[in-house]
Amino acid sequence: MAGADERMLLTTPFHSRVAAACETNCWGNWKGYTTPNSYIDVELEYFAIRSTTGVFDLSPMGKYRVTGPDAEAYLNRLITRDVSKIREKRVGYTVWCDDEGQVLDDGTIFHLGPNDYRICAYARAIDWLLWSAEGFDVCVEEETQNVAALAVQGPTSCAALMAMGLSGLDALKPFGIEYFDFEGEQLMVSRTGFTGDLGYELWIAPEKAEDLWDRLFAAGAPHIIKPFGMEALEMARIETGFIQAGVDFIPAEETIRQGRSRSPFELGLDWLVDLNKPVFNGRKALLDEKSRGSRYRFAILDVAGNKPANNSFILKNGKQVGVVTSAAWCPTAKTNVALAQLEMPHGAIGEELVAEIYYQRELHWTKVNAPCKVLESPVFDPPRRRQTPALPY
Amino acid sequence: MTDYDVLMVGAGHNGLVCAHALAKSGRKVLMLEAGDVAGGCAATREFAPGFSVSSCAQWLTQLSPRVMDSMSLVDHGLQFAARDLASVSLAEDGDHLVLRGAKLEGANISAEDQLAYEDFSARMMRFTKILAKAFSTRAPKLVESNFADRLTLIKLGLGLKLLGKNDMNDLMRIILINMYDVMEENFDHPRLKALLSLDGMLGSHMGPRSPNTVFGYLYRRVGNLFGYDGPAQLRGGMGALADAMVASCKAAGVEIRCGEAVASIDSEAGQVTGVTLASGEQFSGKLVVSNVDPVTTFQYLVGYRNLETGVVRSVSNIRNKSGTAKLHLALSGLPSFAGLSAELTGHRLVIAPDMNYAERAFNAVKYSEYSKEPVMDISIPTVNDPGLAPDGQHVISAIVQFAPHEPEGGWDGHRQAFTDIVLDLLERYAPGIRGLVTASELLTPQDLEKEFGMTGGHWHHGELSLDQVMMMRPFHGANQYSTPVNGLYLCGAGSHPGGGVMGLAGLNAANEIIKRVGAA
Ligand SMILES: Cc1cc2nc3c(=O)[nH]c(=O)nc-3n(C[C@H](O)[C@H](O)[C@H](O)COP(=O)(O)OP(=O)(O)OC[C@H]3O[C@@H](n4cnc5c(N)ncnc54)[C@H](O)[C@@H]3O)c2cc1C
Repeated sequence: MAGADERMLLTTPFHSRVAAACETNCWGNWKGYTTPNSYIDVELEYFAIRSTTGVFDLSPMGKYRVTGPDAEAYLNRLITRDVSKIREKRVGYTVWCDDEGQVLDDGTIFHLGPNDYRICAYARAIDWLLWSAEGFDVCVEEETQNVAALAVQGPTSCAALMAMGLSGLDALKPFGIEYFDFEGEQLMVSRTGFTGDLGYELWIAPEKAEDLWDRLFAAGAPHIIKPFGMEALEMARIETGFIQAGVDFIPAEETIRQGRSRSPFELGLDWLVDLNKPVFNGRKALLDEKSRGSRYRFAILDVAGNKPANNSFILKNGKQVGVVTSAAWCPTAKTNVALAQLEMPHGAIGEELVAEIYYQRELHWTKVNAPCKVLESPVFDPPRRRQTPALPY
Repeated sequence: MTDYDVLMVGAGHNGLVCAHALAKSGRKVLMLEAGDVAGGCAATREFAPGFSVSSCAQWLTQLSPRVMDSMSLVDHGLQFAARDLASVSLAEDGDHLVLRGAKLEGANISAEDQLAYEDFSARMMRFTKILAKAFSTRAPKLVESNFADRLTLIKLGLGLKLLGKNDMNDLMRIILINMYDVMEENFDHPRLKALLSLDGMLGSHMGPRSPNTVFGYLYRRVGNLFGYDGPAQLRGGMGALADAMVASCKAAGVEIRCGEAVASIDSEAGQVTGVTLASGEQFSGKLVVSNVDPVTTFQYLVGYRNLETGVVRSVSNIRNKSGTAKLHLALSGLPSFAGLSAELTGHRLVIAPDMNYAERAFNAVKYSEYSKEPVMDISIPTVNDPGLAPDGQHVISAIVQFAPHEPEGGWDGHRQAFTDIVLDLLERYAPGIRGLVTASELLTPQDLEKEFGMTGGHWHHGELSLDQVMMMRPFHGANQYSTPVNGLYLCGAGSHPGGGVMGLAGLNAANEIIKRVGAA
């Protein structure tokens, strides 16, 4: 799929269908692939995710296959979680760190079968993954281009997929994996996603990508299925409190300046770190951080008013104590949400702060000091996200 | 079960120095050594019936006087067979160039070169003083606001300041270039230039034009400050040093077990827990000190699986490619080198006619080939120490550069060919020598790796180059003898300041351990 000209962005296996559906012709660059920022209208796409079904082409996501007798041991040394707790046909969200306990990336580990795993990651990770393989009896291969993937997200997603013939899908639990036959090819479905709603991710050989798209949209039509782009995804993920690598933190290998990377504790991901594991990358540093205290705290803020607090400084008694890394007005929760990095000790639940929001109209800049408050949990977290069997909306 | 405060892996000379100091600090020390005798590369071995030779290091050029004194080595039997030997750069026509202290003789050496050498040597000694200071203590940390370390940095800075502006600029300039250019700047005589540049290349994977050779040269000249105005030879070969050190260690209460290879350095949750021998026997302990080279220590003994990826990356990046072989010959009589006085035969004999010759010798090893015309650093130890061979007979011990770790197809098919190359070369300088050879032994880098348990077989357990010295030795994160594994320390040539029979790595390591772990 490399372009004729090496400077050209790559296209995904769904490109013919994506391009046909992309009415706005508004494209972005996702790790070297050309991907739509929007298809028709960002709000409409967002509401498809929240009210019916939205479809997102996630083929550019970095995918790495880990196989061999030491696969589990290898992953346990690589990531912060206890991999043995991710059973077969299950998926686990995780982060991985460098030796300084700084987050290299977040992603998901798919336990596909005995000694067989897939890592999905934002950053290109093969170099680090191969270095980490020294001393282990494993085979680590990049398979980003070998697997086409779609996210199918929203309340009617299960119904749409069952209408396409995936019978029994409603029984699949969150973070579960199931295999189906798709025109003689294996279709892997995981109940995962980046929207915080009921939703699935579909994984298939690139040759079948276009057929899959066609059949999915045909079967999903009665369930009001629509493709969505990066911008709608951004709204949904902020609403549900998911952090984004490269936005809410800079992968440690990409930082140049001292102190610009973050530890999992500083990103609110303590629950992913199992310090009882004897050896894993960053363990020593994270133990130190535990006893010394972290520099920053991640916070979800409810910001007064409806001006998104993008790039705002966060103030306490007029003094800057943090910055906003992501912000959006969230239509479903009807909340103005901001994800922020606050200097310790700020960011305790309920703490009241001020967001210094700058915005302009026709080059006229205005500053608003919007009160905001640290939330205990994300503003969007519907029960249907976890309900099994999934309900046919 | 353990009754030991410290478990030491390997009993090379640095290990012995370290063990001695730790025992003196009141600790109970057990040394586990894979070889049949202690000493590591400081060894004497009978390679043919009745013929013994220093089986690795042959010249004592830089043993720290602090080590000599603290271990009372003379009281424990150490004797010199010869000291302050001259270096003779051999000529096929017999018009040899002799360097004795700072004096040059023969080979039509010009008065200008003589003066230039005296000036050069004085300048190098000023630079060397700074290094010697830095070598006598742990390396400063890279980034850390630790008071003691900053003091070292200041001391280092002070030393540089004392140099004066011109000298400092000159040091900063030449340390980044190479021996070839520095020699061309200073001297005319081809053999003088080659002789000095050889000192910058010895044991390294470098030719005269390689960067880092100036550091290598200065490193060697540190020996002058330690009282060596030229190489020295120990009575009984380099193994005599090991014997004296072993005696000193035993007197201090160190227990040494030879023939016990350590199979693994055990750790749990980043803390060392002991060692397991190849025999299966286990010793538990919270303090383990490894004299083994860093790559072997981390890759094979600790195991990459028990280390974090960044450490693995650092260890894998250590450059430890060697190009140095050792040749041992048993001779039925004293060879006669054309034009060489009987007196000089017992000195250091060098074959390196000019710098391009040396550079060509190095070229081969870049492509895993051996030199068609190698450079050689030859010792006939039996001249000064007849006891190493039967009456009237002799041995030769020679450092031969360059030989690859493994030539194409393996050494089996090349061993004789390379030996012949070296013998033919010797024959050109000492006609008839081939007829005297009754036995020979060639130790390639691969053989040295196996015999002394050092990955790569490198003289310094890892190249001595600016990216791998001081606070970068062996790598950032293990640069003050402590390692990423709590309780595991390094004390060998792979750590600061580096290799050669010097003893400072071992001594500095012991001091650091005592400082960190406290008095026993
Ligand atoms: C060919 C050659 C010529 C040299 N010539 C000179 C010279 O003329 N002058 C000079 O000053 N220097 C010379 N050197 C350098 C010098 O010999 C070394 O730098 C120095 O001896 C290293 O000492 P060490 O104690 O740090 O390590 P070593 O002497 O290497 O000691 C390490 C010890 O660990 C042991 N060991 C390894 N693995 C295990 C295991 N698994 N379990 C238990 N024990 C283990 C080894 O057997 C060894 O005894 C030469 C080096 C080479 C290779």
